[in-house]
Amino acid sequence: MSTAFEHPTYNYKVVRQFAIMTVVWGIVGMSMGLVLAGQLVWPELNLGLPWTSFGRLRPLHTNLVIFAFGGSALFATSYYVVQRTCQVRLVSDRLAAFTFWGYQAVLVSAVITLPMGLTEVKEYAELEWPIDIVLAVVWVVYAIVFLGTIKVRRTSHIYVANWFFAAFILTIAVLHIVNSAALPVTAGYSISAYAGAVDAMVQWWYGHNAVGFFLTAGFLGMMYYFVPKQAERPVYSYRLSIVHFWSLIMIYMWAGPHHLHYTALPNWAQSLGMAMSIILLAPSWGGMINGMMTLSGAWHKLRTDPTLRFLVVALSFYGMSTFEGPMMAVKTVNALSHYTDWTIGHVHAGALGWVAMITIGSLYHMVPRLFGRTEMYSVKLIAVHFWLSTVGTVLYIAAMWVNGILQGLMWRAINPDGTLMYTFIESIEASGPGYLVRMIGGLFWVIGMWVMAANVFMTARRPAPRHEPMPQPA
Amino acid sequence: MNFTIMNFAIIDMGTLRGLITGILLSAFLGLVAWAWSKRRKADFDEAAHLPFADDESVAEGANETQSRSNRGESNL
Ligand code: HEM
Ligand code: HEM
Repeated sequence: MSTAFEHPTYNYKVVRQFAIMTVVWGIVGMSMGLVLAGQLVWPELNLGLPWTSFGRLRPLHTNLVIFAFGGSALFATSYYVVQRTCQVRLVSDRLAAFTFWGYQAVLVSAVITLPMGLTEVKEYAELEWPIDIVLAVVWVVYAIVFLGTIKVRRTSHIYVANWFFAAFILTIAVLHIVNSAALPVTAGYSISAYAGAVDAMVQWWYGHNAVGFFLTAGFLGMMYYFVPKQAERPVYSYRLSIVHFWSLIMIYMWAGPHHLHYTALPNWAQSLGMAMSIILLAPSWGGMINGMMTLSGAWHKLRTDPTLRFLVVALSFYGMSTFEGPMMAVKTVNALSHYTDWTIGHVHAGALGWVAMITIGSLYHMVPRLFGRTEMYSVKLIAVHFWLSTVGTVLYIAAMWVNGILQGLMWRAINPDGTLMYTFIESIEASGPGYLVRMIGGLFWVIGMWVMAANVFMTARRPAPRHEPMPQPA
Repeated sequence: MNFTIMNFAIIDMGTLRGLITGILLSAFLGLVAWAWSKRRKADFDEAAHLPFADDESVAEGANETQSRSNRGESNL
């Protein structure tokens, strides 16, 4: 990339690299989701080949959207925010570059190994042990760069967004290393260090906190910087943000067992997970309200600023999915929702509505600044993208709610003589229309991402910038 | 159920749970009291404005006193 954009103080190069890869992986990962959605409508789309079968492409989708798209976005925004709020350059350009190339290498190996069927079979932790080791090294370097930059800051305070980013980085390091502990057998095969119910609990302690710290805390870090910036006013209550931070990280850790209701996990652990999940509503909504209220007195900006609209709608979906989650964690509700498309709907209310929307809003704020511009190439195209994603998300989750409740009710319906009223395949047939609607929602999203890519491309290459950064004093 | 060491009951399970709940509740109340205390107000106001503290002009001005900025490493 050209050096014409270099900022005199900050390392924007690594931020630009991660920001562009966020868009690229977003397109690839969501297209993979679209393929899966298509396979559930037309199973022949698996092409009859092992490499393109649903079972192998599904983990590829989750790895690409969570770790490639979401992860690149978190790297980009955390490096940007930490520099700007600490008013200092990243502590080492070399180590930062290492995190970029190392992380991309991990992602590329995921794209190669998962379709080959090489997997540790732990959800969201599928990658085999050699890749796990590379990832652990990259992640420790990430922690060094981020925390090192905070250490040499030129401001007296550590802005709250950095607290969330730091908690995300440190917790993911611990989760990844503990959950991936395994005995290697060959280069492409290993056996987990844990067994039975303990393995299940370690896995969902990991899985849930991946949701809590990767898909939530990290993106809350984004929220606490980009919402105030785009609304041009400080966060509604800094005090609330501190209470939000400590209570969220303290409570999330204990909610994992709600993924293991009615299993071999001891009953007391299930009840603990359920209670903690319900309590989790409070800090989650505290954070959402803090973000929303930042707009008080600036609501009119929503009419003209589609970037701000992305950020605020993301917060609404965050509020919605953190209300739905505690409800689904109640054992009696979970008895209906578990194994059904309701879970899939909940996942994507969080993933598309919250994670992807807050990422996209943040990128639309950040990208022009990274390229020495004041605005994206086209604000109209941002508005188009906004409507495509909003409609796509609503189609997706509405279809999954209908399907989920339908499936749950059909599976538990019983004839007077105690036999099941429906066969399993009947519930699949009944789900057909929902799958089609979900696929259309996904198509909206993929088109939106292409619109974004075009807008970012034009912003990056547009000649004659209005705000050329000052040349660096000798 | 009791926690025992060499057959001596140290504490009974119900008491232990009560104690933990009490500790966590007071930690939370302590946190709230700390966050809302008058003494913290000025600090928090300053921190809340950090995202706006480095608008371009400020960042450029800061650059002159910045040794880190010309560390000469080309960004790979
Ligand atoms: C207060 C917050 C939340 C609570 C209490 C909660 C609770 C739950 C519950 C009970 C399940 C279903 C478990 C099952 O039946 O298997 C679930 C699944 C899931 N949730 Fe949430 N949720 C919350 C927020 C979120 C958010 C914000 C996201 C995403 C950004 C998210 C992502 C997921 C994912 C990915 C799964 C599926 C896990 C799997 O089975 O693979 N959750 N959540
Ligand atoms: C175009 C957009 C997307 C489409 C069409 C899509 C589609 C799908 C499909 C069809 C599945 C499999 C569901 C099943 O097994 O029945 C799935 C699973 C999943 N997707 Fe997506 N997806 C999209 C975007 C995303 C994004 C952006 C994220 C995260 C940031 C995400 C996270 C997940 C997760 C975590 C699962 C596994 C859920 C579970 O095991 O409970 N997806 N997706």
